[in-house]
Formats: sequence, structure tokens, C-alpha cells
Amino acid sequence: MTDTSAQISGKNKRSYPSFLGFALGAVALLVVAPAVLSDFRLSLLGRFVCYGIVAVGIGLAWGRGGMLTLGQGVFFGLGGYVMAIHLKLADAGPSGVPDFMRLYGSGRLPIWWEPFRSPVVTLLGVVLIPSLVAFGLGAAIFRRRVRGAYFAILSQALAAAFAILLIGQQTTTGGTNGLNGFRSFFGFNLFDPVNKRMLFFIAAVTLLVMLAIVWQLYRSRYGELLIAVRDQEERIRFLGYDPANIKVVAYVLAAAMAGIAGALFVPIVGIISPASVGVVPSIAFLIGVAIGGRATLFGPALGAIVVAWAQTTLSESFPSFWSYFQGALFVLVIAFLPAGLSSVNLLRNPLRRAGDLTESFPPSPPTRSADAVSLAPPEPGFSEVSAGSEGGG
Amino acid sequence: MQALFSQLVAGLSLGSVLLLAALGLALTFGQMGVINMAHGEFMMAGAYTAFVAQGLIADAGTSLLLAIPLGFLVGGVMGVVLEATLIRRMYHRPLDTLLVTWGVSLILQQAARDIFGAPNVDVRAPSWLSGSVNIGVTHVPAARLFILVLAVGAVVGLSLLLKMTALGRRIRGVVQNRDLAETVGISTRSTDRLTFFIGSGLAGIAGVALTLLGSTGPTLGTSYIVDAFLVVVAGGIGQIKGAVIAAFGLGLLQATFEYSTTASVAKVMVFVVVVVFLQIRPQGIFSVRTRSLA
Repeated sequence: MTDTSAQISGKNKRSYPSFLGFALGAVALLVVAPAVLSDFRLSLLGRFVCYGIVAVGIGLAWGRGGMLTLGQGVFFGLGGYVMAIHLKLADAGPSGVPDFMRLYGSGRLPIWWEPFRSPVVTLLGVVLIPSLVAFGLGAAIFRRRVRGAYFAILSQALAAAFAILLIGQQTTTGGTNGLNGFRSFFGFNLFDPVNKRMLFFIAAVTLLVMLAIVWQLYRSRYGELLIAVRDQEERIRFLGYDPANIKVVAYVLAAAMAGIAGALFVPIVGIISPASVGVVPSIAFLIGVAIGGRATLFGPALGAIVVAWAQTTLSESFPSFWSYFQGALFVLVIAFLPAGLSSVNLLRNPLRRAGDLTESFPPSPPTRSADAVSLAPPEPGFSEVSAGSEGGG
Repeated sequence: MQALFSQLVAGLSLGSVLLLAALGLALTFGQMGVINMAHGEFMMAGAYTAFVAQGLIADAGTSLLLAIPLGFLVGGVMGVVLEATLIRRMYHRPLDTLLVTWGVSLILQQAARDIFGAPNVDVRAPSWLSGSVNIGVTHVPAARLFILVLAVGAVVGLSLLLKMTALGRRIRGVVQNRDLAETVGISTRSTDRLTFFIGSGLAGIAGVALTLLGSTGPTLGTSYIVDAFLVVVAGGIGQIKGAVIAAFGLGLLQATFEYSTTASVAKVMVFVVVVVFLQIRPQGIFSVRTRSLA
């Protein structure tokens, strides 16, 4: 009986597997992985989890919001560099100067480094700086109704400009080398294996928290509006909403998530450089999201972690093969499986197969009717399910 | 005065490179709405065509002049293959086309790495392009002048093609109203394919020209593709002259900013200028007037 009512009510139907997914994810990340993986592999998984956090944000902005953001590397980098600057300063001591500045520059600390001596400013900066940049750019672009390909190209140009800027500032950001060689993380020695494990747990819990936030957003009115803006922006405008506001919120959230991921990436991997924030890594974030199913809840994070794992494993043994494989993944998944591996089901159903992406994700009209049904007590013969059971009996 | 003039020359030269890179995109993205990220790799293919041509013909001048039509052909054929296999299926999903063609560009880059090797290769410039030309106030490297001439030639050629020939009329007809064009008997399929051939071929020519400025490597395309798209976005959809003005405008801006700051800061400032400009004219410099909401 509970199963039938869960089937009828759209909300329950959606949240039940989500709970299960959360439980599975939490067990896998917090119990199984630390138990079976070596310290090295666990730290590797921590890096993939950081990519997963970025992917959750991309799933929100791109999968649900339709904004193809090709510049998430910028926000990842902003968060990462803020954290790296703090770690560098903490290593250098109360009034010290980071080692590379004495090597390349005047040996004087740039004025904008100073605030990041404070851990509180750093933690705020990790979240707020990417958010503010995304807000500024997003508000400017979306208000003027620049969208689609124009937005994608502008976000990509932002990534290119950011990477070029970083490379040009050898004396203040480390240039091509980036920032590396951190010794401690908020007072914890980074060479201690126990602290490395702790970092993994922080990353894993952060991923779960981000998923929970996005999950609640998807279930909310805002989540419905976001999908509606993706599919029919003009209709939403005519209904009295401002699509720009709805899009900016998703874009800023995605940026904040990328910033947090970057900040976690720095102590786990031990380096942040222009190579991990430019155009190429920014697009590479997308492939995992596409494979996992861009509009699903768990798909983006799962896809990102699997792709990152595959890249590490494959490119270790066949470096040139990985490039072909990654290219082929983009072509095959985006062209033929637009909803990721979750669209394998659609391929089996020829009636829905012909539709394009927007049609394969209807803005859940069944939910609304199902809600109406679930408000009333289920009567025999009212719903299909009970009709079927009557026919059987 | 002297400094101002050399800034102007530097800007025009940069603009002509941008224009060559963006002209093909103005056709495929601007006219057809296809976002082809592999455009940069077609440029790379053109550059390697020049390299191979020089391997076959020892004389640098002959091989360069021969490489220009050859590069056009190589880029164009690659474009047609891409259009016929993938892009044709995806006209209704422009954003996904971007990602698919990005995948193609990854494959082409790795293919270039496997065929020609990862290190950059150099194409010798012919002797008549190695010096510099005195144009009264300042000296201009002959190679840069050649690229400027080539870019202007490509624009003139493309405009004549679109204005004067039957093919050009068909292309404009399909761009302005696809359904109506089909109704009067124009084969939109073959028109699309030919448009894509010309656009990709122009990328090949751009690649040949770039060998005069620096060495050729597998990532040659990546370094130009973002700027080229920025030019088309700033220039506006649907008209070639928007791309021309935007290319020289951005080139001059970049050169001016570079004069007062560094190259990297100048790049960021140009990006900011484009975003601010799109606040004023969201559709770019020129746009085809339409009543559609999209």
C-alpha cells in the first residue's frame, strides 16, 4: 500500500530514491572508501570529490538552468587561489613573505594579499569572491537578455582572460607555476597522513551538503521556475517573473560551489596553477556532468568522479589514448545521449526517443496532477494503479 | 605621433589576424548559428598544410602561394565531413553542438600530435616576406602586411561571393528565411554544406597565414578560437561587416591597452570592454532586425 501511494504522489516518488542515494553516497564516501583505499588513493578520491562539487554546481546552472557555463574554472581558481594565498602566508609566519616572492619579485607583499592572513577573511573570501564575480557578470549578461551561445562564449572568454592574467602576474600569483608547497592547513601539518584523511572527510561531507542543498532547491518552487526558464524563458517573463533573477541565483550558487571546491582542492592536491583554471579544464568539468545526466540530482557528481577516476587510470598507462577517448566521449554522449547515461532508458522507448533534450525533460507536469491526486484519498478505479489491480482481481 | 602610428599599425595587424580567424566563424556561426569549436583545429590543419607543402616544394614562395588554396581545400573538406556526420543532426541544439565540436577538436589535436609530433614545427617565410616595409612614418614587417592584404582579400572575395553569385543569393536566402527558401526550390541541405565548406576553408587560409607569424603546434587553434568567437559575438550575427569592424576594433583596443599596460592585462580589459559593449548593444554591432523573441 505504501508503495502504491509513493507511486502516485510525485513528490514521494522523487524523494524516496533520493534518500536512498544519499544514504548510499554517505556510506560509500565516509565508510567504505576510507576503509578499503590506501592513503594515496583516498587523497586521489578527495581530488575527484572536489571535481564532483564543481559538477553539482554545473548540474544546477546547466542541467536545470540551461546556462552552458564554460568558465567554472574561474570560480574554482578564485576559491583555490584565495585558499592558497592564505596557506602561503600561514606558512611564512606572522610577518613573513612567501618564498617565491623573494625569488622572483621585490620581496614585498602585494597589498591585496594582506587580508588573507586572517582565516576568517579567507573562508569568507572563498565563498564570496566567486559569488560576487558571478553576480556581477551574471546580472550584467542576463539582464540584457544575452543568452545561449553568447553567454557560453562570454563565460569561456572569462576563463581565457583569467588564466592569461594569472600567468602574467609572475611575482604576485606565481605565474605558470602557480602556488604550491603548502606545509600546513589551519595549523594542521599537511604531511601527516591522519590530517590528509581528515581533508578527505571534509571534502566528502562538503559534497554531501552541496547535494542536499541542490536537492532541496530542486524540490522547491524555485527549482520548478528554473526548469521553466530553461525551457520557455519568454513564457516565464510573461507570467510576471524576471528570468534574469532566477538565472543569476543558479549561476551564483554554481560559482560558490566551484569556489569551495577550489579551496578544498588546494590542500588536498597541494598546488593550484593556471593549468587547472583555464579554458580547457573549464570545459573538461562538463563531460562528467553530461555523462551522469546533466539535469539529475546525483548524476553530475557521480559522472565527474567516474570520469576523473578514468582519466587518472587511463592517462597513466595510455596518455595519447585518453585524449581520443575524452574527445569521443564528448561526441558520443552529447550527440547521442543528451541526458547522459540516464537517457539509455529513453532509447528503449521509441515514442520519447524522437524528442530533443527539452522534451526528454518535461517540466514535470505529472507532478502537479499527481499532487492533486495525492491530496484526495485514493479511491478504487480513480488511478491507473488501482484500476490495474481491479482488472487483475 | 610616431608612437601613436605604430600603435595603429600594431592594432590593424592584430585585427587582420583576428579577422582571418573570425571570418569563417562569421559565416558558420553568424549565418548558420552553428558553434564550431573545431574551427581552431581547421586553422591548425591549414597551418600544417603549409608545413607539408613546404616539405614537398623547396621554394618557400611557391609553396606558400600554393598552400593558400590547398589550406582552403583541406579546411573545407574537414568542415564538410564534420557537417555531414555530426552537425547536420544537431541544428536544433546549438549549445550541444559546441560541446560535440569541442570533442572533435580534442581528437584532431591529438591526431596532429601523433602525426606531426608534439613539438612545434616551423614554416620558413619566403625571402620577399622576411624583411620589413617602410610606409613613410614607421616600418611594418612584410609578413604582417601580407596578412592584412590576405584578410582584406578574403573579406572582398566573400562579400562578392555573397552579393554577386547564385550561390551567394542562395546562402543569403537560406539565412533570412529557411522555410521560404526551401519553398522556392533551394536545396537548403546542399546550401548548408557549401556554406560550411567556405567557412571552414577560410579557417584553413587563416592557418596558412599564421605560419608566417610563429611556429605551428597542435594547440595553435586553441589560442585563437576564443578571440575569434569574441569577435563574432561583438560584431553581431548575420553580417560580415560586423565581424570586420569588431576584428579591427578589438585589435586596436588590444594594441592600445598593451601600450599602457601589459599584454595580459590588456586581454582582460578587452574582455571587459566587450561585456560592457554588449550591455549597450546585446545583439552586437549589427543585427538582422527580427520580431522573434529569441
